[in-house]
Amino acid sequence: MAGRSRTQAWLASTLASALAFALASGLLLWPALPARAEELVASLSTHRVLIGSNYTGAQIAVFGSVEREGRSVGRADPYDIIVTVIGPRRQVVVREKSQHGLLWLNDAQRKFADAPSFLASMTNRTMAEMGSAEDARRLQVGLRNRLLPTTSAAAADPGLLRFVDALIRLKTEDKLYQEIERGVTFLTPSLFRSNIVLPATAPTGNYEVVVELVSGSVSLARQQTSFEVVQIGFEQRVAWVARNWSLTYGLMTAVMALIFGWLATVIFRRD
Amino acid sequence: MQIYLPIAEMPISVLLILAMSVAVGFISGMFGIGGGFLMTPLLIFLGIPPAVAVATVTAQIAASSMTGALTYWRRRQLDLRLGSVLVAGGLIGTALGVLAFNAIRRAGQLDAVIMLSYLGLFVVIGGMMLFESLKAMLVARAGKPVRLERAGQHPAWLKLPWRVRFYRSRLYASVWPILGFAALVGFIGAVLGIGGGFIMVPALLYLFRVPTAVVVGTSLFQILTTMTAATLFHAASNQSVDIVLAILLIIGGVVGAQFGTRAARNLKGESFRLFLALLLLAVGMRFASEAVVKPDEVFSITVQGSR
Repeated sequence: MAGRSRTQAWLASTLASALAFALASGLLLWPALPARAEELVASLSTHRVLIGSNYTGAQIAVFGSVEREGRSVGRADPYDIIVTVIGPRRQVVVREKSQHGLLWLNDAQRKFADAPSFLASMTNRTMAEMGSAEDARRLQVGLRNRLLPTTSAAAADPGLLRFVDALIRLKTEDKLYQEIERGVTFLTPSLFRSNIVLPATAPTGNYEVVVELVSGSVSLARQQTSFEVVQIGFEQRVAWVARNWSLTYGLMTAVMALIFGWLATVIFRRD
Repeated sequence: MQIYLPIAEMPISVLLILAMSVAVGFISGMFGIGGGFLMTPLLIFLGIPPAVAVATVTAQIAASSMTGALTYWRRRQLDLRLGSVLVAGGLIGTALGVLAFNAIRRAGQLDAVIMLSYLGLFVVIGGMMLFESLKAMLVARAGKPVRLERAGQHPAWLKLPWRVRFYRSRLYASVWPILGFAALVGFIGAVLGIGGGFIMVPALLYLFRVPTAVVVGTSLFQILTTMTAATLFHAASNQSVDIVLAILLIIGGVVGAQFGTRAARNLKGESFRLFLALLLLAVGMRFASEAVVKPDEVFSITVQGSR
């Protein structure tokens, strides 16, 4: 009973402070905000993906709703939702082999300084249905438009597009890059949901989730949230020791190898 | 059954890894080679980051060469004195090799150098051994006695100053050519990221005419010391040793190596050299076909800055 009442008290106080904060920030920000006809509310089923020894990937639901102001006029175009998930950024080198005499050797290469290790782009209908290619590029819908936000880089380097497409193709094979048209479902005209499928090879770190409400290729509202992928328990401790006590960790591994080697001769000893 | 690897940051099938490491451990115990040139590509093929694969395999090689070396030591087929000279030379060569490795990498030609050296080494060494062992087998079938190790008959370059008697190897030779050769193997090993057992074993057999069983035991001793040092070095410098993967590889590796040393016991010298020759040629051919045949996917990606 004591535990329960304490939980209730904690809940009540948290709610109260959250409400006070929301009210205060709302009052402060209210005059600065432009008048908007639609409001976008979105959330994730979890904000922490925990990696234990039996981890084989995870699924996270994205859900939300489009809140309409009563007095606003109806729109000619339907609502579109674009969900983009961006994982921790890493430097990636894409190399291309070409034939030199008899041999196929790595030749040309392009370096991407901060390519996302995970990238997913999900929409409720195909990009072609939503608008022109130019609109898609402006809204950064789809993998290619995310990775190459401007046309200037591709114009300066004619080969670049080939390497971007190779990066997308190879990462898509590993399910680390996903482009899912019709990956967002409207349950009612205002309520939508989507699903983020995280493969087990997606690295630990912070993942940014951007939900954007679009109508007639015009962005109406945008909400950003995030989740993190972390190791827990034994896995977390191993990774921590390997990073912070690297020499001890190496000694441990080496001694273990030698002991196992010796043990095998004892167990299998016949002569 | 899947288990998550904390450093490689991916799950892996336990049974698959165990089966692979038993097979490679068997080959290691039988031929006195580390087996890194077999295991590392297999792990990379399974999707383990190359840096983690290279670093973690060193722990497995340390374990399987430990169990092999101990077994040969009990059978008095390990020449500790020769092994120590090989270790000393190997250390010098490895240090020089690391410097060369960085220079080649700066020049941007690392992939080509590694592939061409592999190809050359495997095909040349394998081809020479195949030719020699087949000839020896034919001579043996004809009923003539085969003796590769001619005690007391040493070429002139073994008669340089500082001659030492290596009793178990039936060798009375100058330390200099042995040191020099061990340094060369260490150098090649550091550039290619391998232990170099597959170069050391034929060299001890043909150049120094050490008996086959002693070659295997002594080579395993040399591999044991360098790979233990390599495990420490990889763990301390780039934190890429995955201890969970290492445990799986070690368990499979030591069991395989035990059966390998036992199988080697029932193997004649010529057949030993023939099998090793065929193994090296097969790996060499694989590298060759990879380099010559048009790849399905000409693009490849390397993630940097992670690990």
